[in-house]
Amino acid sequence: MLEYALKGDKKYWMWIGFLGLLICIGAYNYLQQFQEGLVLTNMSRDVSWGFYVAQLTYLVGVAASGVMLVLPYYLHDYKKFGNLVVFGEFMAIGAIVMCLLFVVVDLGQPLRMLNVVLHPTLNSVLFWDATVLNGYMILNIVVGWASLEAQKKGVPYAKWVKILAIVSVPFAFSIHTVTAFLYAGIPGRHFWLTAILAARFLSSAFCAGPAIMLLALFAMEKTTKFELGKEAVQTLTRIIAYAMVFNVFFFGLELFTAFYSQIPGHMHSIVYLFSGLEGHHAMVPYFWAAAFMAILSLCLLIPSTTRNCKPVLIFALIILIAATWIDKGMGLVVAGFIPNMFEGVTEYMPSSTELLISMGIYAIGTLIVTVLWKIAVSVKQEAA
Amino acid sequence: MKTNRRHFLKVAGVTALGLAAGAGTAAASYLPHYDHVTPNHDHLVAGRWGMAIDTRKFHSKEDFLPLVQACHKDHNVPTIPGKQEVKWLWTDSFHHSFPTEPNEFLSEDIHHRSFLLMCNHCKNPPCVRVCPTQATYKRADGIVIMDMHRCIGCRFCMAGCPYGSRSFNFQDPRPFIAEQNKEYPTRMKGVVEKCNFCAERLAEGKLPACVEASEGKLIFGDLENPESEIRQALAENYTIRRKPDLGTDPSVFYII
Repeated sequence: MLEYALKGDKKYWMWIGFLGLLICIGAYNYLQQFQEGLVLTNMSRDVSWGFYVAQLTYLVGVAASGVMLVLPYYLHDYKKFGNLVVFGEFMAIGAIVMCLLFVVVDLGQPLRMLNVVLHPTLNSVLFWDATVLNGYMILNIVVGWASLEAQKKGVPYAKWVKILAIVSVPFAFSIHTVTAFLYAGIPGRHFWLTAILAARFLSSAFCAGPAIMLLALFAMEKTTKFELGKEAVQTLTRIIAYAMVFNVFFFGLELFTAFYSQIPGHMHSIVYLFSGLEGHHAMVPYFWAAAFMAILSLCLLIPSTTRNCKPVLIFALIILIAATWIDKGMGLVVAGFIPNMFEGVTEYMPSSTELLISMGIYAIGTLIVTVLWKIAVSVKQEAA
Repeated sequence: MKTNRRHFLKVAGVTALGLAAGAGTAAASYLPHYDHVTPNHDHLVAGRWGMAIDTRKFHSKEDFLPLVQACHKDHNVPTIPGKQEVKWLWTDSFHHSFPTEPNEFLSEDIHHRSFLLMCNHCKNPPCVRVCPTQATYKRADGIVIMDMHRCIGCRFCMAGCPYGSRSFNFQDPRPFIAEQNKEYPTRMKGVVEKCNFCAERLAEGKLPACVEASEGKLIFGDLENPESEIRQALAENYTIRRKPDLGTDPSVFYII
């Protein structure tokens, strides 16, 4: 079926070329970072993880969100998602490839990365994260490809495809739970040391991931005349709205515990995000913007009148994505390091190298999703 | 090529051997590193190495200087300015060193006192727990130490350490070493490093460099031996440790 990716109009090839250009810029910057070291980033002794790890965290959520289509379709036999489920699986593949690349570019010694496999360490969450991420990626490649091939041949997919699809459901939950455990099991980082972190991660994943997918599907609908189905879109937006309600609610729980108990360690990072700490407030405008956009997105997504109006919906989805991206990416990772272990504040904003390498990785992920979706939509249009 | 049973068995046998050999090395690598080494005959041994710092005997920043210099010179620790610095041994105020002991009305003396900071060589070290390659591991004598050749530079240990004891080589550190000590290796870019309780000196029967330079202000010894000098000091003086509520059980004590 790969041949479908090689047949496209001028617009398609221009898009591919544009992504290729971004990838080249990212690759050039990575070569420099590889040569010089992470000195080219703005990370420091105090803020030892930054933009890369923030993107990893966010994209694991995007990958996990495919399950919001897989679960209703394969487990509850919700037929309306039948036509969309493969797009969720293929987007998960692109997202996981990006996750893995963000891990690699964050390593100080990337050539030694296989040490994680050569010296498997069961007590390290990073080992488990690598394991479940790769497992989930393989499941999605196999299930997505096999079900699409069945559709091409005009036959129902085999029984083992359904079994693997159902296996992928707990995997989807596990990738984001394990990613939360990277943070939530560390003593001394109060902002991360919270039992609800995995639940927060999952809820933000299940709104932000489908939101990104829906925007991409709208774009595809426009360029290919492929019809998403009105009811499928409505169900998906309802899922997004509920997940975002949970996400905001869970964050509210954090606020209560921190500020009613008034334990300084629990309050400091949140105070830093909302009003700055010891005269440092680089994140404050971003975090207020995120809070405002999160509330506004809820106001637009909860009432069905605004939710079912496409232009309003698109706007609501965009601000939802922006809000969750700030909260779960930079907000979570950087504030976890502030204050530092000596109650001091070292601030962080990504360097141009970090931004350009990240742009390149996002372009790689977009390229993978474009090609896979092109194949899927071609097969579906031929079969129809 | 036609596959017959004999050929299949041959291939299967070789494959099985290969797999077994692979599993064997994997299992061997999971064993603690100290199982593979034979110690020097005059090296110092302990059940659990620990340090007591007599903070009463340090009166000014200058009092710490010889200790820090001895450590950093011995271990080729680079002097890098700015927030990407590398340090094994340094000092800070009471409030910064013991943030879990806030006290608005701290005595003047302690308020102005400096405290020597380093890796705590925890009995229950979070950095060892989170390391995905066992590049950081705990020896039988309690020293938390690193294999610089295995470290992949993921910096999970830096997030995991509640004491800010770890530094990352954001760049090649060698241009920042004024005078190289050829007896101890330098590091390359992209790996984490920290205090190793001078494991290389203990192996030669010498006390840690900072202890030697302190002229009695630091007491180093076996925490598991009730007769040791450090145990005597701990029995006779009031000591505190950094962030003891986290359950890491540090092996560095501060006499107040």
